[in-house]
Amino acid sequence: MNFDYSTEQKEIKETTMKFAKDVMIPKASKYDHDATFPQDIIEKAWELGFVNTCIPAEFGGVGFCAVDSMIITESLAYGCMGMNTAIMANDLALLPIVIGGSDEQKKKFLTPFTEKPLIASFCLTEPGNGSDAAGLKTTVKDAGDHWVVNGEKMWITNAGFADLFVVYATLDPALKHKGICAIVIDPKESSGIEVGKPEEKMGHKCSDTRGVRFNNVKVPKENMLGGPGEGWKIAMKTLDHSRPMVASSAVGGAQCAYDYSAKYASERIQFGKPISSFQSIQFMVAEMAMKIEAARLLVTKAAWLVDNHQPNTQLASFAKAYAADACMQITTDAVQIYGGYGYSKEYPVEKLMRDAKLIQIYEGTSQIQRLVIAKEIFSRR
Amino acid sequence: MSKVLVLAEIQGDDVKSVAYEILGKLAGQSIDVAAIGSIPAAAAEKLAKHGAENIHSLKGDKLDHYTPEGWSNALKNFMSDKGYDYVFSGATATGKDLIPRLAGMFDAGMASEVVNFTFDGGTFAGTRPLFAGKCLAKVEIQGPKPHFVTVRPNALGMPTSENAKAGATNEASVDAGTIRAFVKEIVKGASEKLDLTEANVIVSGGRAMKNAENFKILNELADVIGATVGASRAAVDSGFAPHAMQVGQTGKTVSPSLYIACGISGAIQHLAGMRTSKVIVAINTDPDAPIFTKADYGIVGDLFEIVPLMTKEFKALLG
Amino acid sequence: MLNIFVCVKQVPDTETKVIPNSDGTFIETSSIKWIMNPYDEFAVEQALLIKASNAGATVTVVRVGGSKDTEALRTALAMGADEAILVEAGDNLDSYMIAKAIKGAIDKSGKKPDLVFAGKQAIDDDCLQVPQLLAQMLDMPSVSVVVGFEMNGTKLNLKREIEGGSLEVYEVDGPVLVACNKGLNTPRYASLPGIMKAKKKPMAQHSLADVGVTDADRRVKYSGFTLPPEKPAGKKFEAMEEGQRAGVVKDVVGLLRNEAKVI
Repeated sequence: MNFDYSTEQKEIKETTMKFAKDVMIPKASKYDHDATFPQDIIEKAWELGFVNTCIPAEFGGVGFCAVDSMIITESLAYGCMGMNTAIMANDLALLPIVIGGSDEQKKKFLTPFTEKPLIASFCLTEPGNGSDAAGLKTTVKDAGDHWVVNGEKMWITNAGFADLFVVYATLDPALKHKGICAIVIDPKESSGIEVGKPEEKMGHKCSDTRGVRFNNVKVPKENMLGGPGEGWKIAMKTLDHSRPMVASSAVGGAQCAYDYSAKYASERIQFGKPISSFQSIQFMVAEMAMKIEAARLLVTKAAWLVDNHQPNTQLASFAKAYAADACMQITTDAVQIYGGYGYSKEYPVEKLMRDAKLIQIYEGTSQIQRLVIAKEIFSRR
Repeated sequence: MSKVLVLAEIQGDDVKSVAYEILGKLAGQSIDVAAIGSIPAAAAEKLAKHGAENIHSLKGDKLDHYTPEGWSNALKNFMSDKGYDYVFSGATATGKDLIPRLAGMFDAGMASEVVNFTFDGGTFAGTRPLFAGKCLAKVEIQGPKPHFVTVRPNALGMPTSENAKAGATNEASVDAGTIRAFVKEIVKGASEKLDLTEANVIVSGGRAMKNAENFKILNELADVIGATVGASRAAVDSGFAPHAMQVGQTGKTVSPSLYIACGISGAIQHLAGMRTSKVIVAINTDPDAPIFTKADYGIVGDLFEIVPLMTKEFKALLG
Repeated sequence: MLNIFVCVKQVPDTETKVIPNSDGTFIETSSIKWIMNPYDEFAVEQALLIKASNAGATVTVVRVGGSKDTEALRTALAMGADEAILVEAGDNLDSYMIAKAIKGAIDKSGKKPDLVFAGKQAIDDDCLQVPQLLAQMLDMPSVSVVVGFEMNGTKLNLKREIEGGSLEVYEVDGPVLVACNKGLNTPRYASLPGIMKAKKKPMAQHSLADVGVTDADRRVKYSGFTLPPEKPAGKKFEAMEEGQRAGVVKDVVGLLRNEAKVI
């Protein structure tokens, strides 16, 4: 049993946190305000190896374990949860290829991402199917020497900049999850892809979110991951890996809110004393510290299980639900500690509160995580 | 009683004032003063008044301008038969570079940038800030003599009483030896003013300056009160001012008589670099800015309103 | 073959709250976050820039200090330095001992230094002595507070910052020690592939005795670490409203003249 990061992991934390503080934080507010895609930040992060951490070493990746990815994600989310979403969405899109792709597919689709700062999008959610992902309506039809994809996807991160889409579609909606396939679509080699206007959002404003419509899009046969009907399994395994990562981003956002709060509470004077000397404030800050540590431990264990090839579905949901809810509470309390200034855009904490909300929603809402947990509990009885 | 050499730096028709500050504090020791170049007569007179027994103007080829090798060789050459116990210099740009090299030539110890010292029984004991002034410690030197000390300008203050000694002037010719790194040219900086580390009055701007052009209003105030303009790290990192103007832990550590902080919130790194200023004035719109905890006079207000008013007021007072 | 040495020091993070230890012999070090001395980052970067344009150049980083944390050396290796040398020692060595230990470590490496880089000062003891002392010990010229660096063959053009933002332009042919200032370059981040590669790079360890440094080399002794005296609370004036401003400014200027006597 050992709770210590390895020396390399400490250095990963050091360099990514430095990047978050020196490169991301100074620009976070402006990118949020203008809702511009952080292309330059992504390129810098890519050059330093912070992006696409899931790509295995044999396909040109650095060769990180899941725990390493969590450390990186936490730091990047500390810098800006919105920018991190843009970066993390790449991993989410590439993971199905890592998990379900053949060596040939991995070489073809993953390696370019190690050579250039390319962008990928994961397309699962649809206008009518969010939490009920297995009921998706996008179809994939066998047209002899190729597939044809038809349907509409919603809330697709990075869609406006994507060099690659990983799309979930069904052979027949009646087959439910057994009919779902995962297909890689290269927009440069396909016609019929219609990318919508950027959505105006409450938070994560710099990340690009759009609807995407596939109109009779022809896809080569070799672009299906794992074979017909294997998509659902791949999606679920992807979530086992990506949910701890999303949870880790919640830890990063919460840590940032906590750091601001603890500093502000020590500096802000009311009634002739720093407000950190008042119990009401102390309790809030203590609560923050406690929840952050608990969330980080859950994240680390969920990732450690991945690294040790053990089932982690339940832990991943523990981590995702707990960390997201904690992040929401902590960022809300941060605004409270800052008082009137906290509510003002001149100070950084209101943005954290807006950004936190999404983490309770995407990649399975906090409620869906509880359903997953309950299913894990009762299916074994 | 110790035999002490004070190295002075010629500046115009005087020597840099830190030499007088050091002399004032050395009363009771046997003191010589030396400088590379010709010490102006007026300066020699003042040095004698403040306790210099011998005043040496050191001359030789290749010494017109400072080089670490040339000046250290020359001084070693001059000092070799004098048997000094201590060598003092100001912690100026030259002193900071020259003295450690010279100390190395004697395998001797050196105390850098002391802000105060005593001479009990002829033995030096100094006080110096460490960790950018976040703490102070007592410093003593041991091992081969002479012992070397640099003193932070403005820290001791000018002597309040005189201690007149003979002040016999002397010209010595010295050898610059081999100079491998030589100065090809000097590029004058934009500022003809005193360097921040030597300035007696500093006006500094922070992130609230908003841009580089706005530093104009600080320059106007600085011109009226004879100040040097500085900047916080936030202002430098935002590109409003060059790093040469940065005050703080990763910039310059200053201790002027008066420090006027305009739109600087007072991050710990900044406070570390200016907290030893004698009098601090802070202007900030945020009444809770940490800078106010260090300020002798705090003005809660908008610097763009306050600074021009202050310039006008000082002009009326001084002009 | 160009042998480049870089001296690095590990110092408390600039945001550290410094507290003297209970007997005043040093500061409390137990909860300190250590970082590479910020000025040393410019030194490492400059060495790496030279390495990039000189095939066969090697960059060796040298540090004298505790072996518990080796952040500074590991960061330099992750940034791209080839090898590291650690001289194990306590936290309270003086500048003379550190310079002598680095000189000993360079000698022991068997490589003749062509260029030595250091930060212009370490932000812990702020002594600004080691670069000049080391240069003297290595019988090299040195240029400190360097903000500009050009290299043509063995000829170097170095810009040293002096008072008032003026620059002395030095010309040197042959080995030299360069003490770097902020503004010289933009230090790179340690990349993640760099961190993974650094694991396999050599790090030599010596004791102080190995490099010929003993207690007899101590030149400077510190004691009585204390916090600077807190200033009594100052006077604060409200001047947010237009009607208050002129009066407040007049009062403060008057106080500076008559009470503080600084104008």
